[in-house]
Amino acid sequence: MKFKTLFAASVAFAVAGTTLAHAEPQAEVLHWWTSGGEARSVAVLQKEFASRGGKWTDMPVAGGGGDAAMTALRARVLAGNAPTAVQLKGPAIQEWYEEGVLANISSVAKAQGWADVLPASIAGHMKCEGKWCAAPVNVHRVDWIWANAAVLAKNGISMPTSWDEFNAAAAKLQAAGITPLAHGGQAWQDATVFEAVALGIGGPEFFQKAFVELDQATLKSNTMVKVFDQMRIMRGFVDNNFSGRDWNLATAMVMNGEAAFQIMGDWAKGEFLAAGKRPGIDFLCASTPGDGFLYNVDSFAMFAVDGSDKTDGQLLLAELIVGKNFQKVFNMNKGSIPARVDVALDDFDPCAHTSAQDMATSNAGGSLLPSYAHGMALRGAQAGAITDVVTAHFNSDMSSADAVEMLATAVTNSM
Amino acid sequence: MMEWMEKQMPKLVLAPSFAASLIFVYGFIGWTAWVSLTKSKLLPRYDIVGPIQYQRLFDSPRWDVALSNLFVFGFLFIVISMLLGLVLAILLDQKIRTEGVIRTIYLYPMALSLIVTGTAWKWILNPGLGFEAMVQSWGWDSFTFGWLVDPDMAIYTVVIAGVWQASGFVMALFLAGLRSVDQEIIKAAQVDGIPTWRIYSSIILPSMAAVFLSAFIVLAHLAIKSFDLVIALTGGGPGYATDLPATYMYTMAFARGDIGQAASSAMVMMMVVFAIVVPYLYSELRARND
Repeated sequence: MKFKTLFAASVAFAVAGTTLAHAEPQAEVLHWWTSGGEARSVAVLQKEFASRGGKWTDMPVAGGGGDAAMTALRARVLAGNAPTAVQLKGPAIQEWYEEGVLANISSVAKAQGWADVLPASIAGHMKCEGKWCAAPVNVHRVDWIWANAAVLAKNGISMPTSWDEFNAAAAKLQAAGITPLAHGGQAWQDATVFEAVALGIGGPEFFQKAFVELDQATLKSNTMVKVFDQMRIMRGFVDNNFSGRDWNLATAMVMNGEAAFQIMGDWAKGEFLAAGKRPGIDFLCASTPGDGFLYNVDSFAMFAVDGSDKTDGQLLLAELIVGKNFQKVFNMNKGSIPARVDVALDDFDPCAHTSAQDMATSNAGGSLLPSYAHGMALRGAQAGAITDVVTAHFNSDMSSADAVEMLATAVTNSM
Repeated sequence: MMEWMEKQMPKLVLAPSFAASLIFVYGFIGWTAWVSLTKSKLLPRYDIVGPIQYQRLFDSPRWDVALSNLFVFGFLFIVISMLLGLVLAILLDQKIRTEGVIRTIYLYPMALSLIVTGTAWKWILNPGLGFEAMVQSWGWDSFTFGWLVDPDMAIYTVVIAGVWQASGFVMALFLAGLRSVDQEIIKAAQVDGIPTWRIYSSIILPSMAAVFLSAFIVLAHLAIKSFDLVIALTGGGPGYATDLPATYMYTMAFARGDIGQAASSAMVMMMVVFAIVVPYLYSELRARND
């Protein structure tokens, strides 16, 4: 008797469950935004999704800067059961598209007029063979240089506008017993500094040819030798204990005046703000010497799913991600700027204003470029091959000429 | 019926584990070998294109570093662990009073996970935080010990941490070996007035050949599959100076979406293991057939 009731109840429940599930849009979202501010931002999206009648299944996979999530994704795709939306960026979106597993969300993109509000080069990453397949969340600028305002004032130094100025300032700081450049010796951090230097010394056209088109002549050019020369100089401005240091510890060194500068993307701003430092007063932000804007855009790629409830959920999710409200709230939490250009920035800090203005001018001038160090410009294998050379050069006494030679071979070998 | 069951029982019981290892060990070795001959990138592909992944592998300077690190680390790790373990075992074998306590202390590192060992040694060897800073704070200002941050020396810090972890275990193996030597022979030698060092070098150690071999095999496979120690201690750095084949494979497979490259490096790792294990198996099997 008891069993029968239980059985009947569970059947009723299951039936109710399935009818319910069919009625509401569903989305399973794979991401690795699990730390404080990021998790709060995702919760905002989750709430919006629920208020529009959707059912959100959260699938956070932390660890390894997304490596763990990618492993989970690969397993899901191979099992023929892909999540609705996955935090993916840059060429990785195209890579997955080539595996034939992405969905087409052009309908929502057209309805929402994405093409009018997103910068063209960023929109390019979100399209697979002309059809929209991903939704951008934010724009991180990578080529920032952060400084401790008090340290600079005390030593009579202003924010450098050329690499020569930077070198002179750094030498002066070093003489005063301050570490000029706070840096962590992890491969991706070496690459972050390297691409800022490459953009500054070579200019946007050089950067485009070398790190987007992988042009052999440019990779072997004299300009590249100069870039490595500057990297060798920068190595002298780093303290001896930098190996393996995390980026936020390097930021802390700038904060407490142990070091003067750090070259890092605008997620470093979050560290400053979290420590109660005020932009323009306690810390300074400026683009690294030279023209151009290196962006690192987080986005959600939409995977092909079955069932109208899931596709409805997917389209709703895409609409909300690019929606003004989420773009604003998320980016205020994360330190980046909205990907769409029509969001009012009144509540953002001065650094974000600089970033937005520079993005607009760079977009107009054709120097809005993808960051290679953060996986926006190249696929994993090629970007990794370049980073190997950069970090090997930075951490040894290799000559610039050898490094350039090695760079060209490594890129060829990675194809 | 019962009789048949009784006869077949061992086979029936063993069948699941046999099938499991057939699929999950040898099956996947075969799969990896197949994938290593393809152009697999993000997801595995199955059209064979020849040995290009192996060409790429041996053209890569990073793989050269990883492979030579394996030989440096493997050789030093095995030799030093065995020597240290042997010396500790012989010293402990002198019928000392607190043997139990000391044995536990030396064996204890084995109970730690390699991640813990790596992290602890990372702090100890960090020049600004650990040993160097401590000695300098004692007043010896010119003292430097920056192996951890020196690309040429960093691999030796991995050896230090590895030896610290494994030598206690080797000691336990050798101690068991020493105890298993026939006491009558030793007593007879002592009666004949043979010095202790001679008893060890001519009687006890030669009769422990099997223990040496087991210790070697255990240490060799620990060295080849070493992964977590490097990840925790140096993260493969500075640069990629302490990369090992296992960390190289992980990077290619999981960080760079280059499965073909990862598969070929895994195959080379397996060949290195075979080069060590096959002679051992061969000698074992031949000895049994004699």
